[in-house]
Amino acid sequence: MGVALAKLFDKILIANRGEIACRVIRTARKLGIQTVAVYSDADAAAVHVEMADEAIHLGPPPAAQSYLLGEKIIEACKATGAQAVHPGYGFLSEREWFAKALDEANIAFIGPPASAIAAMGDKIESKKLAKAAGVSVVPGFVGEIADTAHAVEIANGIGYPVMMKASAGGGGKGMRLAFSEADVREGFESVKREGLSSFGDDRVFIEKFITEPRHIEIQLLGDKHGNVVYLNERDCSIQRRHQKVVEEAPSPFVTPEMRKAMGEQAVELAKKVGYYSAGTVEFIAGADRGFYFLEMNTRLQVEHPVTEAITGLDLVEQMIRVAAGEKLAFAQSDVGINGHSIETRFYAEDPYRGFLPSIGRLSDYREPASGNGVRVDTGVIEGSEISMFYDPMIAKLITHAPTRTEAADLQIAALDRYYVRGISHNADFLSALMQHPRFRAGETVTTAFIAEEYPEGFHGAAPDEAGLPALLAIAAVVGRAAANRAAHVDGRLGGDADAAAEWVVELDGEQHRVMVAGNGNGGTRVTVDGVVQFVETAGRIPPFGVVEAQVNGAAIAVQVDRKGSGFRLTHKGRQHAMRLLTPRAAELQGFMLPKVAPDLSRFLLCPMPGLVVSISVAEGDKVEAGQALAVVEAMKMENILRAEKSATIGKLHAKQGDSLAVDAIILEFE
Amino acid sequence: MLKVLDELEQRRAAARLGGGQARIDAQHAKGRLTARERLDILLDEGSFEELDMYVEHNCVEFGMEKTKVPGDGVVTGSGTINGRLVFVFSQDFTVFGGSLSERHAQKICKIMDMAMKVGAPVIGLNDSGGARIQEGVASLAGYAEVFQRNVLASGVVPQLSLIMGPCAGGAVYSPAMTDFIFMVKDSSYMFVTGPDVVKTVTNEVVTQEELGGAITHSTKSGVADLALEDDVDALLRARDFFDFLPLNNRAGAPHRDSVDPFDRPIPSLDTLVPPSATKPYDMRELIAKVADDGDFFEIQPGHAGNILIGFARIEGHTVGIVANQPMVLAGCLDINASKKAGRFVRFCDAFNIPILTFVDVPGFLPGVAQEHNGIIKHGAKLLFAYAEATVPKITVITRKAYGGAYDVMASKHLRGDLNYAWPTAEIAVMGAKGAVEIIFRKDIGDPDKIAERTKEYETRFANPFVAASMGFIDEVILPHATRKRIAVGLRKLRTKQLSNPWKKHDNIPL
Repeated sequence: MGVALAKLFDKILIANRGEIACRVIRTARKLGIQTVAVYSDADAAAVHVEMADEAIHLGPPPAAQSYLLGEKIIEACKATGAQAVHPGYGFLSEREWFAKALDEANIAFIGPPASAIAAMGDKIESKKLAKAAGVSVVPGFVGEIADTAHAVEIANGIGYPVMMKASAGGGGKGMRLAFSEADVREGFESVKREGLSSFGDDRVFIEKFITEPRHIEIQLLGDKHGNVVYLNERDCSIQRRHQKVVEEAPSPFVTPEMRKAMGEQAVELAKKVGYYSAGTVEFIAGADRGFYFLEMNTRLQVEHPVTEAITGLDLVEQMIRVAAGEKLAFAQSDVGINGHSIETRFYAEDPYRGFLPSIGRLSDYREPASGNGVRVDTGVIEGSEISMFYDPMIAKLITHAPTRTEAADLQIAALDRYYVRGISHNADFLSALMQHPRFRAGETVTTAFIAEEYPEGFHGAAPDEAGLPALLAIAAVVGRAAANRAAHVDGRLGGDADAAAEWVVELDGEQHRVMVAGNGNGGTRVTVDGVVQFVETAGRIPPFGVVEAQVNGAAIAVQVDRKGSGFRLTHKGRQHAMRLLTPRAAELQGFMLPKVAPDLSRFLLCPMPGLVVSISVAEGDKVEAGQALAVVEAMKMENILRAEKSATIGKLHAKQGDSLAVDAIILEFE
Repeated sequence: MLKVLDELEQRRAAARLGGGQARIDAQHAKGRLTARERLDILLDEGSFEELDMYVEHNCVEFGMEKTKVPGDGVVTGSGTINGRLVFVFSQDFTVFGGSLSERHAQKICKIMDMAMKVGAPVIGLNDSGGARIQEGVASLAGYAEVFQRNVLASGVVPQLSLIMGPCAGGAVYSPAMTDFIFMVKDSSYMFVTGPDVVKTVTNEVVTQEELGGAITHSTKSGVADLALEDDVDALLRARDFFDFLPLNNRAGAPHRDSVDPFDRPIPSLDTLVPPSATKPYDMRELIAKVADDGDFFEIQPGHAGNILIGFARIEGHTVGIVANQPMVLAGCLDINASKKAGRFVRFCDAFNIPILTFVDVPGFLPGVAQEHNGIIKHGAKLLFAYAEATVPKITVITRKAYGGAYDVMASKHLRGDLNYAWPTAEIAVMGAKGAVEIIFRKDIGDPDKIAERTKEYETRFANPFVAASMGFIDEVILPHATRKRIAVGLRKLRTKQLSNPWKKHDNIPL
């Protein structure tokens, strides 16, 4: 829709890192604009640095000493001749002073005016403004909170549950839900601390927590000529600990009337503060389809690609054009909805271990193929490092299809082909979400979805009974290929020979008889438990990685890893232990005793590599179930470790300030 | 005639029953397989040919003449693993507790003699209560006969021991002299004297598992090369392991078909070594990415983790890999690492397996315990092993190669055939800080000067080019081309001829 008018910019600087920096560079390149990247020591070899035409070093890894150094970034603009800065999201994107400083230096800010950032950036201030503008807001306390006692008083006044939120917070950091006075007493100071350490601002606000809420946000786009349009909504209800996991557009919950009402209200609010560029008004919506203003994000959102998918717009391009003074080339009536788009956030975290953050090197990184409704936004390649200093997001996987169900199925297929090793990641969890009947129904997806559906944590997607024969057929083909590689060796007593055809596939301890034979035209005929499956593969079967095949004509992708005398297969959000046994070995396997896992319940283990912030118990203390025992900080998040049952504290193995490895013993119970 | 055939079948059936159904059931109840069941898994289906099935003991003391069981507690013979010949013995715990009699030992000796004559490996499955006490010194003689053959076969045919039950007292010394020991977790143990004797003599209270279980020997003592989950797991892994081994010391490393391209570029290796010299990285990633199909059979993974050893294949040919592991003790050499790698290098050399060495070593581990426990002699083992080895030797220095440890790790001076370095390599007598503090001792009170000198030293020596200028490094290679360089190097070295001076044998510092 954008028509090239006057000259935009010759060169822009991207004051960010990771996937968003790469994404902005791609659009700039498309527009013929040169790019300047900035980087910290930790990112010296990062993809965004490689991609940009020039790169400027900022400083040591911590954001406060690199990506938050506005002055240094302005210096970099001057040194490289960059005429504008795209801030991405996070870091300097919503700092009024930075937008002002750029203005003073005569460098364009590819974002909203500083005044709008100021008006909307502070959660307390923006709420006051919205309220004054007549926008429906959530009941809460807007003002300074002195101390815990004051917080308790306010919370009691509003009524539980309440949300305590660092004023400058975002992205799930510095937020805590309190169901009782005790929760407020326990959490208030910690929210203050997180606010201070992550955002340099320890102000906290408290508001009513709406139950059964949906998180729905309106994407806005305005120009410097007073035009503002809304580009429909995004539904970001699937969150874990207030961190978005799945985003989609349009929302399966929003009706056309609701969309119009929310959109128009958002546009009004934007116009009142003289907003231009891309921005997002977040609403919380209850089951009755009533919606309340939550906050306005005066920047490009992480989840903007789903809006791009259904509107056909390039939001970064639009932001650049607006910053250059162009008028929007389209009106509200031109904005439509084309199909459905879903984004999943591919995080470096271990869903099987309470979603603990996982940092380190991506020893293996292979993306699903882009195109045909699949888009991968990332800033990593094989060998990149997920660093403790920044957000642990590896990539965003965006799918686009005519219907919501097809978009979800594209996600499942793409996740099966997303092979990442070296760190733990949440691909299985994302796949499980995409397969979940409640998600697929759409109607009842609230922000409590994950907490309600996975109360005991995540243990893999639900078993796929219908898909089992195909998976077993692939397992047989993979195992037989390995057996064949072993059989074709020199020094044989009786000449060359193929591996046997009859085997037993042991999948998660269950045995299935298989017969593997070529069918004469490049495929393999696999009989699984007496039923014939035709498996066709393109080329040879890789020894590990993603095995692609057609089973009875249906495409399937299975991730294969070697593990001891067998394999680990990953498919549709589940991991399977697999071995190929001779029928005799399978028979004898029956005599093996099940292994009893060692009893670790006597110990409190450190769930992730991190720093011990505090230990709140002493030897001999009696503790109740749920009582806080210690706080461990990792990835700037304070994690409270609690007693699982009432017990007496035995020996303490760690102390405040200790740096612990995963599974290190913190203390013993008696 | 038919009657005779029937009788043969009856005799075979009786022999196959070993110690009887009750004892077989008892073995199964412990999660263990019988001697013959184990061979069913270890060997290719139908390939086992048993020998000496009807051998019985010759003891006439303590009423033993009344209880004779055909086979006498050990099943022996030969078969194939993926078509390749192997001789096996499998002790039968259901017969006299698998105890070793004179005849039992004779059976083992017979297959060992045959294995040596034809040049095929020997795999022993150990599950024995120890000496047949009733036979007295005849049993001890039996052990010694086996020991003697272990020693003569050492370096002639590969010998692998699987410990799948008790193995105590003198019995441990037969596996101890074989090339590799695999133990089964929770059901096997090895010790010279058991917990009861230990308690009597030293007052130490210890369980069998703690004293000599699979975990103990695969982590603390280093006696075992691998600890496996159960019988089936151990036997399947033994098959995988066997696939890497040559049949004998003249056959050369085995070769299997491979479609993994020899020149497969590995871009991610260019970022494997972190920018910070003190930051560790996982050397296993380099090994797995360079090896065919990512297949690295690591041995002793739980012991002396500062060095990695194991087998892999390049273009289908077996290679032995030795690598410093920066993740553990910064990859330094200590007593355990030197012993672990030294013995492995000698195995590879004995059986014509080329050795790939990946070097990132800051030096030898300092410490009173190390010195007092003899790091001088133990460190010398690895040095000795590399220096005497005549097989193709390719070395890649990824980062640090400091001091004497540089010399040890298959350096050019120890007849390294191809010595490569990555651009990140630092080949120097020691790290910059230490060197500066010695060379410029007079400046030690002046931190600015020291910092300046350190920087100078780093610029001059923290790179591979000083060593390359002296010809000690043959080429500085791009990390992503490592597999190609190694594969091409091995092709060229396949015809390598080198022999050491005639000697009765060397005198490695034991």
